[in-house]
Amino acid sequence: MKNIISKKVQEMQPSGIRAFFDLVLGMKEVISLGVGEPDFVTPWQIREAGISSLEEGFTSYTSNKGLYKLRLTISNYLKNRYGLEYCPDEEILITVGVSEGLDLTLRAIVEPGDKIIVPQPSYVSYGPVAELAGAEVTYIDTQKTNFKLTPGLLEKHIDKKTKAIILNYPNNPTGVSYNKKELSQIHKVLLKHNVLCISDEVYGDLTYDFSHIPFPTFPKAKENTMYLNGFSKAYAMTGWRVGYACGPKEIIAAMTKIHQYTIMCVSITSQMAACEALHSGKRSLEEMKREYRRRREFVVDRFGEIGLECRKPQGAFYAFVCIKNSGLKALEFARKLLKEENVAVVPGTAFGSQFDDYIRVSYASSYDNLKEALARIEKFVKKIKR
Amino acid sequence: MDEILEILEKDARITPEEIAKMLKEPAQKIKETIKKYEKEGVILKYKTVLNKQLFKDEDTSVRALIEVNITPQKDVGFDKIAERIYSFAEVTSCYLISGTYDLLVVIEGKNIHAVSNFVAEKLSCLENVRGTVTHFLLKKYKEDGVVLKHKEENKRIAISY
Repeated sequence: MKNIISKKVQEMQPSGIRAFFDLVLGMKEVISLGVGEPDFVTPWQIREAGISSLEEGFTSYTSNKGLYKLRLTISNYLKNRYGLEYCPDEEILITVGVSEGLDLTLRAIVEPGDKIIVPQPSYVSYGPVAELAGAEVTYIDTQKTNFKLTPGLLEKHIDKKTKAIILNYPNNPTGVSYNKKELSQIHKVLLKHNVLCISDEVYGDLTYDFSHIPFPTFPKAKENTMYLNGFSKAYAMTGWRVGYACGPKEIIAAMTKIHQYTIMCVSITSQMAACEALHSGKRSLEEMKREYRRRREFVVDRFGEIGLECRKPQGAFYAFVCIKNSGLKALEFARKLLKEENVAVVPGTAFGSQFDDYIRVSYASSYDNLKEALARIEKFVKKIKR
Repeated sequence: MDEILEILEKDARITPEEIAKMLKEPAQKIKETIKKYEKEGVILKYKTVLNKQLFKDEDTSVRALIEVNITPQKDVGFDKIAERIYSFAEVTSCYLISGTYDLLVVIEGKNIHAVSNFVAEKLSCLENVRGTVTHFLLKKYKEDGVVLKHKEENKRIAISY
């Protein structure tokens, strides 16, 4: 049986910290700051819309591209919110979260030997999904530039074979985001080299210090960008699995081809609930955002007191904390913290093997939990430093 | 609403120092603002929300909502008579409302008799009260934004990306 698995998949690197995660899942009474989803449940009016759609008998397939009503709602929303114009017929595809949108984009554009740039630390799937699509992945380490991709770094890594970059802001795991000037500089470099920007902006609505600027809003950027977004983070809808891809119609058409054979369409219940999220979710979104912002300030301040360096994240709900001071490496730190203090965090190595001086702390957890977890981390750090 | 009030309304135990961290303001300033709110009466009281359905409290085990019709008084309207009603210890809430009656009065008592006696002997015989309708409360589901239920267990998996 050994040879039945394709070489490509055999060569895929399984996450090195799987064993650590299994350890966490087996434990009870753990305060977990390792969670990559909101601690809120989906706002009731959105859940209600899903329930009503079931009661009314909406249980069928939808068009491959997704319910027209949802595509139109997204189109209007992007236009009103950011002045972005995407045609609901040809430039929007409803996907199973941003994950599918990313996979489809890569599969639609990659020829064997094409290179895809992934700035690191990055969300875990970018590299493996690009490789599955047949691409060579060029990783850019952003550690020395405060976890920000700079035009200089980008220039250094682009060559003739570079086809696209996967940009993610606000970033998981660092919370780093970019202002207008920084984005514009990145855009100019990409345009110059004719490199597509695959922009994962799923945390865009959770930006705290300045307004989020979608990548395709820059001049000439729309033709050169695949804008990926979803409902999971902003509306606490992770389990509904619904997102969308907006981009040039040729790429959307190519993606739709793959999507129609592999996925067919996204669950109709989720699509109807997503419509409601865009119609009436603003108030809940603002409330959740305020709450995250307060937790962010609290967490950053506490890590300062504990003596672990933690730059203030500008978005999402993660802090990427440097644990160099503790004298431990990420995996060991996480393992010991779990064993001795019952607090779970994610070792930085999950987001790139070189980040073994970092842990990712999610503040998508109640204030009481955060307070207690940080007290335990403080105790733990004092103990190991002694 | 001021964020300090928003935070305290959700959880009054959060200290000024903690609020200072959340809002990135000096703790002294937060303390002063809270003091000011207390002085102005914006913040009236800090209390604990109990789920009285989970334990037996002899004195307050029966609740009723009472619709009260009133003849308003010259110059003071409903206020004076409302005050005479809400001053009774049995009354936990009292609202002036629009519609077919004037005051909605919530009262608590030991048992149905205690509540009935209060309505018959104290409330109804007040000079300006023209009539009452009593509704006994059977079950409380949600009160002032709090759902009266045990916290449900976290349904998220402990680690995810």
